[in-house]
Amino acid sequence: MRIVVQEDPFDLGAEANAFAEGSAENGAIVTFTGVVRDLAGGDLDVMEIEHYPGMTERALTKIAQEAQARWSLGDVLVIHRHGRLSPGDRIMMVATAAPHRKDAFEAAEYLMDYLKSRAPFWKKEITRSGAEWVAAKDEDEDALTRW
Amino acid sequence: MDVLYFAWVRERIGIPKERVETSAATVSDLVAELSAREDRYAAAFADISALRVALDQELSDFDAPLSGVREVAFFPPMTGG
Repeated sequence: MRIVVQEDPFDLGAEANAFAEGSAENGAIVTFTGVVRDLAGGDLDVMEIEHYPGMTERALTKIAQEAQARWSLGDVLVIHRHGRLSPGDRIMMVATAAPHRKDAFEAAEYLMDYLKSRAPFWKKEITRSGAEWVAAKDEDEDALTRW
Repeated sequence: MDVLYFAWVRERIGIPKERVETSAATVSDLVAELSAREDRYAAAFADISALRVALDQELSDFDAPLSGVREVAFFPPMTGG
């Protein structure tokens, strides 16, 4: 398992390649990448991501451990950025490796659902008309009930 | 104990972190104590249903006891991913 919280960009191709190297036991590798979306209709200048150093790493580790306990996984990778990002920038990625694809897909979805509302990150959108904290969505909380 | 604030809670209170000497028994007691201090705290804690709390970096709730806790953090619902 590898959990990374960093300000710098990450190289999606290099990370995916490194993650896929090695074990021939894992027949399935799923990767998901989150990208800064411009929800302000072309107005978004910067997305600022604040986090809680210490708790962030703990929360992500706990979520990844729970995924490993629930599914048969060979490996888990979570990378999440913080700081100032621009529209189109990659915010985060998760990757799961498993003997079978169902486990890899489900675990990746589980990681994403929990990461959205149980890892201490907060997004702020800065547009020409001002700055606004992104509100948590009920549907993100509801998404946890299916697990 | 150390009390930390994140996102709009931090902005409303005006500081990211402070040292608080308190005999508050629970998180709710601490919130009441801080709210009584100054308007900026009262404004931040006006609706605790819009807030989350972590004790020693683990999510907790407002009824939780504070004995032995070294770090309390208040923040809005998280928006990761």
